[in-house]
Amino acid sequence: MSDYLVSIEHERLSFFTPAGEVKALNDVSFQVKQGEVLGIVGESGSGKSVTAYSLMGLTAYPGKLLGGSLDFNGHHINDMTEKQMQKIRGNEISIIFQDPMTSLNPVYTIGNQIREVIKLHTDKSKSEVQARAVELLELVGINEPERRLRQYPHELSGGMRQRVMIAIALACEPKLLIADEPTTALDVTIQAQILELMMSLKDKMGMAILMITHDLGVVASMCDRIAVMYAGNIVEYGTTDDIFYSPKHEYTKGLIRSIPRMDSKGHERLIPIEGTPVDLLNPPKGCPFASRCDKCMRICLREKAPVMYFGDVHYTSCWMNQKAELEGGTKE
Amino acid sequence: MSDQLVKVEHLYQYFPAGGYGKNKKYVKAVDDVSFFINRGETLGLVGESGCGKTTTGRTLLRLYEPTKGRIIYDDKLLFDSGDVPLMNGDGSEVMENGKPKLGQKTAVNMKPYRREMQIVFQDPYASLDPRMTVGDIVGEAIDIHHLAASKQDRYDKIQQLLVRVGLNSEHANRYPHEFSGGQRQRVGIARALAVDPKFIVCDEPISALDVSIQAQVVNMFEDLQAQMGLTYLFIAHDLSVVKHISNRIGVMYLGNMVELADSYELIFHSVHPYTKSLISAIPIADPKKARENKRIVLEGDVPSPLNPPAGCRFSTRCPYATEQCCVETPKWQEVSKGHYAACHNLDKVN
Repeated sequence: MSDYLVSIEHERLSFFTPAGEVKALNDVSFQVKQGEVLGIVGESGSGKSVTAYSLMGLTAYPGKLLGGSLDFNGHHINDMTEKQMQKIRGNEISIIFQDPMTSLNPVYTIGNQIREVIKLHTDKSKSEVQARAVELLELVGINEPERRLRQYPHELSGGMRQRVMIAIALACEPKLLIADEPTTALDVTIQAQILELMMSLKDKMGMAILMITHDLGVVASMCDRIAVMYAGNIVEYGTTDDIFYSPKHEYTKGLIRSIPRMDSKGHERLIPIEGTPVDLLNPPKGCPFASRCDKCMRICLREKAPVMYFGDVHYTSCWMNQKAELEGGTKE
Repeated sequence: MSDQLVKVEHLYQYFPAGGYGKNKKYVKAVDDVSFFINRGETLGLVGESGCGKTTTGRTLLRLYEPTKGRIIYDDKLLFDSGDVPLMNGDGSEVMENGKPKLGQKTAVNMKPYRREMQIVFQDPYASLDPRMTVGDIVGEAIDIHHLAASKQDRYDKIQQLLVRVGLNSEHANRYPHEFSGGQRQRVGIARALAVDPKFIVCDEPISALDVSIQAQVVNMFEDLQAQMGLTYLFIAHDLSVVKHISNRIGVMYLGNMVELADSYELIFHSVHPYTKSLISAIPIADPKKARENKRIVLEGDVPSPLNPPAGCRFSTRCPYATEQCCVETPKWQEVSKGHYAACHNLDKVN
């Protein structure tokens, strides 16, 4: 079964808030191979971060895993206790958070925070731990590592802090690195530096990356495969080329249409997706995107479309494809 | 009546940042910036965080009192610190007895101009008062400027404004927390439009919004401009959006304007090394092009505006920097018609 590093099957997860059950994840399945970069794209509230956190066993109260199975590198995450989880976390699987300004502890030095991870997961001696910390900072392109280790997070710039976060995440050479919007809080020139760094480290260490972002530009240049999420569902999954050049779900098509193109010469009007994201407290019965879709049919409001495959990896669930097939072959 | 609605000459904005007497320190947020905006056009302003683009927008409206400089709106002088040289129409300095002629110290009462110059703020979550209904937020400007003849008139005006920005008229009685980010930004725009302005500073109005919502708001800005003949100063860090909406674009770096040109010209024929690297750093949402694209990745971070490098501000990160760059501030020069840049090594870069 396991040529996959990560395999999530039919995951369902809800947050039980005072206002009611928020269905954050609704039957999410995907796989990640060793050394692969999977991008998860979606709007805020579409469930992309929740998916990644649940894989690390970090689902926060009042969230609850309701069903499905999560497998990672031979571990069955569902059945693991917190103690067992702690051994994997930071060791085989680690995460870079969105905001480097708030995810480092301001009262400990950089060195303290890097050494902590190494001490927890290895039985290296004190001097070996220090040497490893220096090596890690060099790896992520921070100069004068010895001096930096003695500094506090507020003494570093945003880009530097994100590099430190990456160094912490990579301390034990994880098999999977989850990057939760790693560059959203950074400027474009710094973003370019960080993305470049992540890709070169991936090639060096051979880890898989789960890249969570809302920026289609970032996934286009980095990812092998892309999962497009909307309202707790994966609405389309495929290789990067599939998603960008032959999108099959109306939401994906809309997303790609709505980005302003840098290379257009004249002025073209943007084509937005009308409406606002769905309220997950009362998710619609049928396709979650139906209320915003301009090709919405009656069946879309009633039931969810079945999953339809195009080729080996590319799949989507949108009734438009069924319609196209009934009308005589798929559009391709 | 000249074509230029807004004109800014030698604008400086320093913020005090601690220290006493001789050791007093300043953040040089805006340092000698000059530009103009024609009637009915959109001027885009891009740059990284901390480069002074928001400060430029706010100082231009005199939400901050400028440290030095001159602001002209609709041929009327709004502010003149009296110690910067007057400029001719072509950008050269007015000379008198062999010395540059300085302006007269002026600072007019801004209230009448607030009706014509408005701003849409960046964060729709922070810029609306949570204790006021949307109707009151929009209506406040109408009250201040006595634009409504009666209560009924005020009510009608608010309804019209909400409909104009794509909200429902019954939204007037709701509070900001009941709205999504995109809707809140629409409220912020309705508030700016309440006084029927001619000029709006759009200070990163879409950066807090989701991608699918961004396009809605950008389209609305364009529609409003067409309907009401508005002039925009559009500030953003996302160059692809700015390119889409602007007629001309100015690029700022550490308080200086480094390049300004027609938007098409700027994207495809940029001359300044910073602009070039900024453009190449934008992730392209097209996998084939993204794989071919060779990024010019800049080394290092933006220096602190407390202590900016001498000479060209960009010299610490510029791949073409020479000794001259570290000493001498480059001149703002016209490269081709309407295309300006400040760089010592233009011939080497291109």
